Amino acid sequence: MMTDDKISSHTMAVLVDNEAGVLARVIGLFSGRGYNIDSLAVAEVDGDGQMSRITIVTCGTPMVVEQIKAQLGRLVSVHRVVDLTVEAESVERELALIKVSGNGDNRVEALRLSEAFRARVVDATPASFIFELTGRKEKVDAFIDLMRPIGLQEVSRTGVVAISRGPDPL
Amino acid sequence: MSETMTGAEMVLRAFQEQDVEHIFGYPGGAVLPIYDALFAQEKVEHILVRHEQGATHAAEGYARSSGKPGVVLVTSGPGATNAVTGLTDALMDSIPMVCITGQVATHLIGNDAFQEADTVGITRPCTKHNYLVQSIDDLPRILHEAFHVATTGRPGPVVVDLPKDIQFATGKYLTKSEVRHKTYHPRVKGDLDAINKAIDLIASAKKPVFYTGGGVINSGPKASQLLREFVKITGFPITSTLMGLGSYPSADPQWLGMLGMHGTYEANWAMHDCDVMINIGARFDDRITGRLDAFAPNSKKIHIDIDPSSINKTVMVDIGIIGDCAHVLEDMIRLYKSRNLQPDKAEMVAWWAEIDGWRGKDCLAYEKDSKVIKPQYAIQRLYEMTKGPRTFITTEVGQHQMWAAQYYRFEEPNRWMTSGGLGTMGYGVPAAVGVQVANPDGLVIDIAGEASVQMTMQEISTAVQYRLPIKIFIINNEYMGMVRQWQELLHGGRYSQSYSEALPDFVKMAEAYGATGIRAQTPDELDAAIQLMIDTPGPVIFDCVVSKNENCYPMIPSGAAHNEMILSTDSVQHEVSDAGKIMV
Repeated sequence: MMTDDKISSHTMAVLVDNEAGVLARVIGLFSGRGYNIDSLAVAEVDGDGQMSRITIVTCGTPMVVEQIKAQLGRLVSVHRVVDLTVEAESVERELALIKVSGNGDNRVEALRLSEAFRARVVDATPASFIFELTGRKEKVDAFIDLMRPIGLQEVSRTGVVAISRGPDPL
Repeated sequence: MSETMTGAEMVLRAFQEQDVEHIFGYPGGAVLPIYDALFAQEKVEHILVRHEQGATHAAEGYARSSGKPGVVLVTSGPGATNAVTGLTDALMDSIPMVCITGQVATHLIGNDAFQEADTVGITRPCTKHNYLVQSIDDLPRILHEAFHVATTGRPGPVVVDLPKDIQFATGKYLTKSEVRHKTYHPRVKGDLDAINKAIDLIASAKKPVFYTGGGVINSGPKASQLLREFVKITGFPITSTLMGLGSYPSADPQWLGMLGMHGTYEANWAMHDCDVMINIGARFDDRITGRLDAFAPNSKKIHIDIDPSSINKTVMVDIGIIGDCAHVLEDMIRLYKSRNLQPDKAEMVAWWAEIDGWRGKDCLAYEKDSKVIKPQYAIQRLYEMTKGPRTFITTEVGQHQMWAAQYYRFEEPNRWMTSGGLGTMGYGVPAAVGVQVANPDGLVIDIAGEASVQMTMQEISTAVQYRLPIKIFIINNEYMGMVRQWQELLHGGRYSQSYSEALPDFVKMAEAYGATGIRAQTPDELDAAIQLMIDTPGPVIFDCVVSKNENCYPMIPSGAAHNEMILSTDSVQHEVSDAGKIMV
């Protein structure tokens, strides 16, 4: 049987029991087996602190991605693993806080571009802005690239979160 | 009505409820309350080892020979870190084990307290699952979950790290039936569509081979019975990994012997040339496959495994069936019979003729010697004189292990205990201790090497203390033989650090421990010496002095394919590739 060696990016949603060390198990699995983590986001999602959802963006050949999913599923504290890239149509978003400083034309240009990207100003001083931007990773990347020559100071990003489209839960 | 008791008492109560009869351990400050609770009861017997690694391997031997989980009790810090090798070994070989480690009191965790180690951090990658108990209320649930996780699905080791203050704390005990795991419910029944497709493929095969592994043994004696039945009704040849020896009787004509790096010529050629491979409970380990791109190139593959991550991990298969071997085999046999399928008789005759040709190579033949004991001869004689349903063999790791796998033959499962995945030198002595505890009437023999045995020989003292009449049969060639062999074949005969210098006198060492020492140096005296070993009621160390430079063949050189295997040093024409050299 031939194997496909093409590397592609996959977004996985991992529902885990919210117990001590569970994130270390997931991360340790990736480092121990040599898989990539391009982005990671984790938070409680059920309100009573019982379950967390980990969104991992990873990449690999189809065989490796299948392995990653199976290895995650094998962890005792994992309820469910869904490869949102393969198994569902999904919406992906990332939030970034971006600090830009400067004066004069740069300041005007930053504000103008932020409007074009629908970023919100969440903090301002006479010499700086902090923008809040949500969107797909590519959009966030593009905005940050535009801010770089204008006076980009600092970036903080959440990593990708994703959810499947349509009325049903995973 | 749930009873109130201390954490330490809960541990013992849970052991009793889980039918634990023996535990292997070593006391220390952070487990003293549990040792106190142990003192107050008589149902669970504690075997005091001499080193925590010994406790873990003893628990593995116990588990593998009895089908029950092995249980270990060690203290915090060094107690836990010393257990790491055995935990990793159990993980690699899928052996059910529950290991309770003491921990410093909860308020001291993270303060670099005396004998503190981050046990759950250290053991996370070398256990199937682990727990740090943070409240007495969680303890009974965790104890029962630990046994459930260790023994079901793909078995493995589970660590419960138990701080000392929780051992003293009081809480309500929960019984086994009151606990149900939130997330962990492994699947045992295979998908029937996939099983039907597999049967179609099996019935259409012209050159089939069964390739079975430790999963059949782990599944229990019923899986071995069903395997025998299925192999008989199909008439196909069968080979097995090191881990699976005994699940199919070696005396049967359909048995090809072990496959892999030191497997038989017929087994490896059958794998290479097969058109349908039926993998039951094996995992396409690199010792088995050799060069992956030349592995069974013309075959369709069926893979039955309880662990979904084993399927398509290194070798892509055509039909993957996730489930327990016994359950899947039962369905396979039922459907195969009800559909009245039969493989093509003429094709089978032709395939067996081809196999008989490979068998004609007599790949396990070796040059006899009348003056020096050949290691192969030693194991052949040991086999002839000790074979039987009550004989259990453990090994260390190296040449002697491969010779044992080749020349000792097994008719039943759970009689062969060897460190397969991790390849842990020092496994055999403590494993033999555990096997003998589980099988007090068995003849338990550790086929050892003089280098490996020195790694855990302190456990001879354990055997003497508990009157465990284990026999340690040392194939003494004064070399780390497998290292020497690789240095001969791959590193120009530069024997860097592989000579066993300054060996102890094993006979005197046995006597120093209060055991019996026996030595054999010539083929003439070998049989009588083995008989003396068998007849000696207590533990024996047998120093079998063998020829020093014997190599273990057949051998698939690293990075080579099954059809490139070599049968003797004379036939080493194969230039090992650079890709092969970097392989272990």
